[in-house]
Amino acid sequence: MSGVGSGRAVLELRGVTRVHGKGAAQVHALRGVDLVVVAGELVAVMGPSGSGKSTLLSLAGGLDAPTGGEVVIEGTTLASQSKAQLAAIRRRSVGYVFQDYNLIPALTAAENVALPRELDGRSARKARVEALAALEEVGLRAEADRFPDEMSGGQQQRVAIARALIGERRLILTDEPTGALDTETGEAVLRLLRKRCDEGAAGVLVTHEARHAAWADRIVFIRDGLIVDESAPSQRAEDLLVPGGADA
Amino acid sequence: MSVKHSLLAVLADGDRYGYQLRAEFEERTGATWPLNIGQVYTTLSRLERDGFVEPAGQDAQNHVFYRITDAGREELRSWFARPVTRAERPRDELAVKLALAVTVRGIDVAGIVHAQRKHALAALQDYTRVKARLGAEELAAALVVESMIFQCEAEIRWLDHVEGRVLRQARSQGGESAGNQGAGRAQAAATVGNSEGNQI
Repeated sequence: MSGVGSGRAVLELRGVTRVHGKGAAQVHALRGVDLVVVAGELVAVMGPSGSGKSTLLSLAGGLDAPTGGEVVIEGTTLASQSKAQLAAIRRRSVGYVFQDYNLIPALTAAENVALPRELDGRSARKARVEALAALEEVGLRAEADRFPDEMSGGQQQRVAIARALIGERRLILTDEPTGALDTETGEAVLRLLRKRCDEGAAGVLVTHEARHAAWADRIVFIRDGLIVDESAPSQRAEDLLVPGGADA
Repeated sequence: MSVKHSLLAVLADGDRYGYQLRAEFEERTGATWPLNIGQVYTTLSRLERDGFVEPAGQDAQNHVFYRITDAGREELRSWFARPVTRAERPRDELAVKLALAVTVRGIDVAGIVHAQRKHALAALQDYTRVKARLGAEELAAALVVESMIFQCEAEIRWLDHVEGRVLRQARSQGGESAGNQGAGRAQAAATVGNSEGNQI
């Protein structure tokens, strides 16, 4: 399951802090977070509500700017980029699955998924072909021409996932991506995310479910804006499917 | 786990010799409960003594085959029909350890919880990796691995619950009572973001 091999850092958070408000009303959402996610690696982020998980993800995706430290995606420091450059990085390199899907209501499922490719200069026809393939991967090919309000929450979530996975995104950021899904569909989504990472993408999965976090190569724990520990799988399970292996 | 009934279940499909029984049992259950071959032969002797299996000849390599008897099939049917009772499961050492930890002065209960949770999460990752590799046709093995995944998840949820209870008690008693030094530390760690880092 671990596709970590190249060791090339796709995402780096270096001493990242995020403070909201001023004076007595200041809230320290992140207090100096260091995190490196390399190509082929899926990292899960766990922690209690309000611990800074979603803030970390917003900063990692360039949707928010840190008040201290720096965020680097594939060697590019986001703070050094213009708004247009930042938007291009988000479009080309970063796939983002939000807790509340963030689909555009006036666009069909296929149009929502194709949008980042079209904005990137793909022809509408080519972008649609790619979008249909991405929807197929999440089991929604038949719903391609439906609008978000004609779909269930779980289906909308899968459209959002297809949008995040389309193209050659090297960094996939997901915030509770299986929240609205039943167990089986949720697992299918995690398998997709895992597969994409095994193929070389870097992934960050924010979740409060240990069973979901277990799909990651590493689990980091965040509390009060700080990474306080991390867990990685042992090698023991490698033997579990070899008859007699765990005996040896 | 009942080795006796597991062997009967494999024999219900056809005659087997000892090594075949072990290999097939492990294949069906994802090798999550490895059997040693001595255990297989001892169990076969007992099953034969009780009339649940009988010898079924030898092959050219002198492997002794066993066949399930009608009484064996009846015993197997009855085993499948009977729920596994709580009393048949081993006592939960972790629950006993934590029960003792909260009653012994000077024990770091929060530390025990943190270490256990980290261990359970690593195991959960291990089992998930095993599951990810199973093909769609390997249903039997998947069910066994999933049972372990759900047990790990339940243990982690229970440990979260224990931590919450220990913290609440520490707050209500001001960290005075026995076993609450650890709770006090957990509370402090939660407040400052855990300077000890390696225990959360």
